[in-house]
Amino acid sequence: MPFKSTVGDYQTVATLETFGFLPPMTQDEIYDQIAYIIAQGWSPLVEHVHPSRSMATYWSFWKLPFFGEKDLGVIVNELESCHRAYPDHHVRLVGYDAYTQSQGACFVVFEGR
Amino acid sequence: MSKKYDAGVKEYRDTYWTPDYVPLDTDLLACFKCTGQEGVPKEEVAAAVAAESSTGTWSTVWSELLTDLDFYKGRCYRIEDVPGDKESFYAFIAYPLDLFEEGSVTNVLTSLVGNVFGFKALRHLRLEDIRFPMAFIKTCPGPPNGICVERDRMNKYGRPLLGCTIKPKLGLSGKNYGRVVYECLRGGLDFTKDDENINSQPFQRWQNRFEFVAEAVQLAQEETGEKKGHYLNCTAATPEEMYERAEFAKELGQPIIMHDYITGGFTANTGLSKWCRKNGMLLHIHRAMHAVIDRHPKHGIHFRVLAKCLRLSGGDQLHTGTVVGKLEGDRQTTLGFIDQLRESFIPEDRTRGNFFDQDWGSMPGVFAVASGGIHVWHMPALVAIFGDDSVLQFGGGTHGHPWGSAAGAAANRVALEACVKARNAGREIEKEGRDILLEAAKHSPELAIALETWKEIKFEFDTVDKLDVG
Repeated sequence: MPFKSTVGDYQTVATLETFGFLPPMTQDEIYDQIAYIIAQGWSPLVEHVHPSRSMATYWSFWKLPFFGEKDLGVIVNELESCHRAYPDHHVRLVGYDAYTQSQGACFVVFEGR
Repeated sequence: MSKKYDAGVKEYRDTYWTPDYVPLDTDLLACFKCTGQEGVPKEEVAAAVAAESSTGTWSTVWSELLTDLDFYKGRCYRIEDVPGDKESFYAFIAYPLDLFEEGSVTNVLTSLVGNVFGFKALRHLRLEDIRFPMAFIKTCPGPPNGICVERDRMNKYGRPLLGCTIKPKLGLSGKNYGRVVYECLRGGLDFTKDDENINSQPFQRWQNRFEFVAEAVQLAQEETGEKKGHYLNCTAATPEEMYERAEFAKELGQPIIMHDYITGGFTANTGLSKWCRKNGMLLHIHRAMHAVIDRHPKHGIHFRVLAKCLRLSGGDQLHTGTVVGKLEGDRQTTLGFIDQLRESFIPEDRTRGNFFDQDWGSMPGVFAVASGGIHVWHMPALVAIFGDDSVLQFGGGTHGHPWGSAAGAAANRVALEACVKARNAGREIEKEGRDILLEAAKHSPELAIALETWKEIKFEFDTVDKLDVG
């Protein structure tokens, strides 16, 4: 009887930090995450970068942080506009927390190619 | 008015029991749980603790009159019953700020938990909490970087960090050890960790370990596109060797080193922490020996005090227990001291074991590290208990995966991200944990196998040290 191993081969994957190990989010799932950012009182912020520079500390701002924006639809539009303007770039959504001067949330919404 | 010298033995309470005293904002306050010898009045026991931990000695001495002892003495200003315990009581003691050297946690502990713990009139004594005054806190270096800076350096946001200790903890050669580091990091962990026992043994000298680990970190970073680190343990027999190791870690471009702050000692820790601030290095803190000191409910020092002392002495991450894993620690108490590590103001809250309001001012926060006997099934509870500003470390829960450490790491990463995503979406992750993990496993064979492997493991023993409630 031929030997059949039950051990799988784990292939290293290049990922983009938080949520990089989950399948791409659906539209509704992205809405949920934006709603969370807004509910925490954080400012939404959209950033983008060419994939060759994805490890850089600074990605380009899309416009400016949307300080105080509470409208979910506005943020969705901005994410999509950024993606249309830079289709080959990674686009990420940040929940900026001015109190801790940190990012309460940060994940890539559109992966560039 | 000047006093007269009256040789002999006075009762401690005549001098050190001052129930009318109103503590100053600059006083260092302490709460001790006292269990006296039979027949000794509470006030006398409490006053003796105040005396022996500050200016007093057993006999009146003439040289006391050379100074204004009332200015320097510790005072017991309140006694309280311990709920549900007839033989013990809490003594609250106020110490004037000038009793302590600026910036020296070592000096504070030498006084507060020095000779007094061997005092014969006491059967047991436990230091439950210290309120450090802002005037003292401002003299301490604190965490070399803090939570915000560590997140920025490591590019990790919106979730707990993920780590694991390299196993077997002893006996691997440097090259084999580096291999295990590489496997974990390529699999999706943010950090790996030297076991506390790893210093520089015959089977693996420290230079050799540091070099192989640095290569593993570098490779994993290049292949995954994410920032990685390994806590290089710099704990050593002497400070000189400790600094030599820290310098070499820096030379290799490593982001983080590690120290064991209780076996290594507070003085060594504060020194290394200052070095880390100066050299842009993150500092992970292990706490070997803590359970010897903090586990007995009536004797020793509560871990919340050791945690506060670490925040003052300096460290960017500190082990706090897991609540759910193999090691001691109940939930409310743990929440109480992780607040002390991370928040800037923590109000008195006896349901969490915090006896005083504690204001940390601008001192940076410390990541809480949960490590020891945890696996993927614990993930929902860990995320709920510890929140984002934590490092969750799965040792056996990573290397024990049937496909090996890389797959184990990936399983943990998927589970972690699934829990964070579900939490953000408003789901009750502790209640719905099972569903969340099973859903996530549909997209991850690594997680599916991990869930199968560890489904039966539980550590349901009652804790030895509980909060005092009636």
